Amino acid sequence: MSAFKDVGHLFRFAGIFVALFVIFLIVRVYVVPKSFGEYGHYRGNAITDIAANPIKYAGHEACETCHVDVQDVKKNGKHAHVNCEACHGPLARHADDPSSMTPVKPDTATLCVRCHAASAARPKTFPQVNAEEHSTGLPCQTCHQPHNPAIAAGGTK
Amino acid sequence: MSGVEGYIYPNEVTLYWSVLIVLYPYITGLVAGAFILASLERVFNVSAVKPTYRLALLTALSFLIVAPLPLQFHLGHPERSPEMYFTPHSTSAMAMFGYVYLWYLMAVLTFEIWLDYRHDIVKMAQSSKGLLRLVYKVMTLGSSNISPRALHVDERVSWVVTLVGIPSAFLLHGYVGFIFGSIKANPWWSSPLMPVVFIFSAMVSGIACVMVLYMAVTRLRGKTIDMRCVDTIAMYLFYTFIIDFSLEMLDLIHRIYEADESFRTLDFMVHTKLFFSQIVVQIIFGTIVPLILLAITQVIKLPELARKRMYAVAGALTLVGIFAMRWNVVIGGQLFSKSFLGYTSYKIALVTKEGLLVSIGLTLLPLVILWVLVKLLPPWTDDKAAAGVAAD
Repeated sequence: MSAFKDVGHLFRFAGIFVALFVIFLIVRVYVVPKSFGEYGHYRGNAITDIAANPIKYAGHEACETCHVDVQDVKKNGKHAHVNCEACHGPLARHADDPSSMTPVKPDTATLCVRCHAASAARPKTFPQVNAEEHSTGLPCQTCHQPHNPAIAAGGTK
Repeated sequence: MSGVEGYIYPNEVTLYWSVLIVLYPYITGLVAGAFILASLERVFNVSAVKPTYRLALLTALSFLIVAPLPLQFHLGHPERSPEMYFTPHSTSAMAMFGYVYLWYLMAVLTFEIWLDYRHDIVKMAQSSKGLLRLVYKVMTLGSSNISPRALHVDERVSWVVTLVGIPSAFLLHGYVGFIFGSIKANPWWSSPLMPVVFIFSAMVSGIACVMVLYMAVTRLRGKTIDMRCVDTIAMYLFYTFIIDFSLEMLDLIHRIYEADESFRTLDFMVHTKLFFSQIVVQIIFGTIVPLILLAITQVIKLPELARKRMYAVAGALTLVGIFAMRWNVVIGGQLFSKSFLGYTSYKIALVTKEGLLVSIGLTLLPLVILWVLVKLLPPWTDDKAAAGVAAD
């Protein structure tokens, strides 16, 4: 034992290391979720948790079952493939029970420029305007019918 | 859009890596550099720098404790940071670095300081009173064995720890350079030379930091500065600085000669937005002036006072210059658009989570920690007898 007498203090320091490592392993067992790593570097149960979230978007098929008149206008225009909720927002609650909520109509003065404001990053063939010059702040639907925006297609003006 | 020139992608307008990400490599660099200086005495037997050996270790520890704080402030949610250890992602350099940090903190610095101070700690545990006595008692880990053989064992183990510590210090700071150097989408950063440049600039800043600290603290204590020590440190600072400067110039010349598609954009940036911080602060005042000052002290025999002043000015300028280098890397790399057609600006905030005040606080915090450590574990070799911890 005397051979270890003068290195005993080193074992004490090493002991702290081992103790900390053991504490780390014990804490790890408790804090790492059981399903971690099941599918990848994340909590496996996150998928079922996310799937359990209430659905917010109804999908355009749900809208079209009631709003056939709008669908008829929309299908012939440039916005035929733009989903209803891309502009009107998530409306699953309205689709489930139309009387439970009345969707607010979007303000076209701010909505349309999200896609149609002039930007060098957009393809040249994509319709783009400088809103200030183009409409001086008037809502776009003053001239364009949002569901079929080409003027020739019969805008409100 | 204010602060934006030319064409820039929307996600490039705001700089996401702020001044705190400048501070982070700066602080880790000081740790690595201070440790390398300490290793000169221990591994390479440069006895002249012995008066700074312990101070260098304590400086390294003080800065290492603060090193993760800029990241914590930057990222927010510090309570999530242990997850990096609990669920390590082996392909993430940043995640793996967490282990390098812990290794360096626990197995290298703390262990080496403990070994070196063990004799003093045992003595102070016997001579001090009250709470301080308890603190020292805990630090002895219950062993008061300071027999010559035990101390000899400490000496040998400490040598091994320092030997292991050198590659660890290189790994610690090389990693920081690696993080930037491996971002292939950013031509300002993407360079295999980056880790090497970071390591050498870390050594330069760490050596300069300990030199300035030693001179300032010795003056404050009213003691005489050991000129043989400072002369030797200045010599090593000079040589390391030359290597660092040469590597940076090599990188620059390589970029100019290669002149890839990003060159005109980066060249324009260096001559406009980065002119002050890169050309004026980093290269002229932060590199060339201190190199000239240090070169003069190497070739001309100057009186002691002149040397002291030149070392102090060169050391302080070096610290500013290396900070500017980190600034130019981190901030500079985010000022230009990856379209190479536009630039953005960085305006430092004042009192926000990532603002100037937090940065100043985080820069001063290591000095406060160092002050506490120096009080607790006096690193001075010149007044050991007065403190009652003379070798028996």
